[in-house]
Amino acid sequence: MSRMVGWLATASLCALLLLTGIAHAQKQGGTLRVTHRDNPPSASIHEEATISTDMPFMAVFNNLVVFAPGAKQNRLEAVVPELATSWEYSDGDRTLTFKLRDGVKWHDGKPFTAADVKCTWDTVSGKVDGKMRKNPRKSWWFNIVDIVVDNPLQVTFHLAAPQPSFLVMLSGGFSPVYPCHVPATQMRTHPIGTGPFKFVEFKQNESIKLARNPDYWKPGQPYMDAIEYTIIPNRSTAVLALEAGKFDMNITGELTPELVKDVQAHVPTMQCLVQPSNTQGNLLINRDKPPFDDARIRKALALSIDRKAFSEILSRGIFNIGGAMLAPPEGLWGWTKEFMETVPGYGADVTKSREEGRRIMRELGYGPDKMLQLKVSTRNIPDYRDSAVLLIDHMKNVFIQGELEPLDSSVWYARLLKKDYAVGMNVQGTGIDDPDVMFFENYTCDSERNYTAYCNKDLEKLFHQQSQMKDYEARKKLVWQIDRTLQEDGARPVVYQGQGGTCWWPSVKGLHLAVNSIYNHWRLDDVWLER
Amino acid sequence: MLSYLIRRLLLMIVTLFGVSIAIFLLLRIVPGNIADILFDSAGLIDPAEKKKIIADLGLDLPLPMQYWQWLNGLLHGDLGFSYVSEKPVIDEILPRIPITARLAGLAMTFAIAAGVPLGVISAVRQNSKLDYALRVLSLSGLSMPAFWLGLLILMACVRWFGTIPIYDRAPETFGAWLAMLAIPAAAVGFRSSALIMRLTRSSMLEVLRQDFVRTAKSKGLSDTAVTYDHALRNALLPVITTIGVETAFLLGGLIVTETVFNIPGVARFLVEAIRWRDYPMVQNLVMFIAVVVVTVNLIVDLLYMLVDPRIRYSE
Repeated sequence: MSRMVGWLATASLCALLLLTGIAHAQKQGGTLRVTHRDNPPSASIHEEATISTDMPFMAVFNNLVVFAPGAKQNRLEAVVPELATSWEYSDGDRTLTFKLRDGVKWHDGKPFTAADVKCTWDTVSGKVDGKMRKNPRKSWWFNIVDIVVDNPLQVTFHLAAPQPSFLVMLSGGFSPVYPCHVPATQMRTHPIGTGPFKFVEFKQNESIKLARNPDYWKPGQPYMDAIEYTIIPNRSTAVLALEAGKFDMNITGELTPELVKDVQAHVPTMQCLVQPSNTQGNLLINRDKPPFDDARIRKALALSIDRKAFSEILSRGIFNIGGAMLAPPEGLWGWTKEFMETVPGYGADVTKSREEGRRIMRELGYGPDKMLQLKVSTRNIPDYRDSAVLLIDHMKNVFIQGELEPLDSSVWYARLLKKDYAVGMNVQGTGIDDPDVMFFENYTCDSERNYTAYCNKDLEKLFHQQSQMKDYEARKKLVWQIDRTLQEDGARPVVYQGQGGTCWWPSVKGLHLAVNSIYNHWRLDDVWLER
Repeated sequence: MLSYLIRRLLLMIVTLFGVSIAIFLLLRIVPGNIADILFDSAGLIDPAEKKKIIADLGLDLPLPMQYWQWLNGLLHGDLGFSYVSEKPVIDEILPRIPITARLAGLAMTFAIAAGVPLGVISAVRQNSKLDYALRVLSLSGLSMPAFWLGLLILMACVRWFGTIPIYDRAPETFGAWLAMLAIPAAAVGFRSSALIMRLTRSSMLEVLRQDFVRTAKSKGLSDTAVTYDHALRNALLPVITTIGVETAFLLGGLIVTETVFNIPGVARFLVEAIRWRDYPMVQNLVMFIAVVVVTVNLIVDLLYMLVDPRIRYSE
């Protein structure tokens, strides 16, 4: 026993020395300079669905819980406390109680309390009108029945059903705690948070400046004095400026794999990571409008797609192929290659799939002399347009003649909403690699982001069933089946899963990027500069 | 002269009134509005929320009422609020005007300082090797788009000098301003300088063949005096007209140059505002540009008198 105590004491001492050593290695000061791709629509993370807002402003806030900064994958096991110090499930996992950190202050000096947590989730779940202009992730919080402030340092979420992913969704970059006392208008222009960096300035189309929060609740952190995002819409200028050393890193996921190669060829010391960008190219098929109200034509269209060709042409084979869920090894819930082979249209033998597609079309009276004529609508943006052109080429293999209809971004969603399209080529992103996020945001009958209005009540029951499952392996199997049904039904056939690059100079230390999301690791309180 | 000025000023008011109607209507003819763009940035939101945004911003009011609200505000110095930043338009525009004004001023200075003398030299030494070289240079200036030239300059700077001349923070001294804007100004002014050079050359060639030039030479005046005091002054009239027109065209060049060199001026800002359908911002910026253009044209017309005493703006 005494020998064991001795081992423990030695191990503890070593761990302490190691930690002290690490702490000493981190350098205080400096400004992290980052290139930004465009003007964020606003500074309010809860009102936006873009990395343009999420990345620069995540450092202003804290969440209740967060993915451990060093964790390679964003997953339930990697969730660690942030503004909460601990959490506890009760009532058959229908009640989730958080104990909150004491002494935390908002950047304007007011104390953070449980009331802030309640009003944040009352607003984003749509229970109260928080005067936000937009609420794009209302569907995430379908399971919240009530939020009760037990005392200023304890808050309880009452859920309609057990939901293991609830903690995962609370951990993402899109789930910061907002201050109750600051109106939504101000949060869009001058956000107040509890995070490691205070908001200083947001000059439209020019820059975003954050400064170190000296009262941050983590002693000694953050290490950097400031962060400056410079908005450079021209990608060539941004890349050249990064290579010239004018900036320390680029906005995440913005560089194409080819550009990353170029940057590393010009600056061999540059650290770069190409990772899934949580975006996917998919087909929107208007199932309410002939001829796609016929499931057979939807199937034939889906069978015409050569996903490997998309990946090869758009990214020299770097884009992943998969269903709705992000493919492994980066993704937690995506199909294995073996399973994917069993899904119609995903098999390696594209010729066979297309032959099957042609057979279906012949049965319906189409052929080389009588092609089905339709328009392929898409946003007039290169990423969208390129994919749409490839799609038109592939569709010819099953006797469908497409004509490209590029649409201005301002009318794209309005057209989707009115169901004024036949086939659309779409690119969409999701914040967290989780089935609850993916299914409830995009495929439930009443979700606002369910562009195609795909509605399968039986499948929706399975969405809820998987949402309540605790056993990861069993849940994954069910998720695969759901994903398979979504692809077979042509709900929104996934064509490719995008990848994007992030590069930074070696002087940026302590930056850890998880492989299955670009949205969740921009707190930057443990990043330092070694210049 | 006074009556001419009054007439021109009245005409300016009518022109600006026409521009205000045109920009107001054109913006509303273009598909989509700010609510659609906000939808776009959020992926898709509740149509009820969209309706609320439209009502909050007064976009559901009849068009004549919207126009009157804007015009009335404009006449009282109230430019309204930006739909995107939710800040007063004046606060967004004012800091950007000096940046673009400096860039435009420097670009025009470069264009005139390079274009006129080189045009004169090219004319005086017609068909010499120098003339051919300058003509090739001017042709390349007219053929190269400003954004392409800008990118070439940036690439050359990064590869050869390891630095990049883009805007990353506001320079604090005049010298720093000049250093920062010199390269972008040269890039955007290159085209104008080429045009001015070619016009000066052709105009000079015409004037140099006229009798009064021969008379001046036969009087024994030096070549410099003949060229600059007699010929150039007479050749400048079409060049001045071109400078006036180029000032308006310069804006197009500034949009791409400000984008490539990342300069936060009004030109780049205007494009972004149009993309966002930020009506108050676009309407007021276009009106500002219209005021600048009509004023420059008036100044150019008045300059004719100074250059050519035969021109008189009287009844």
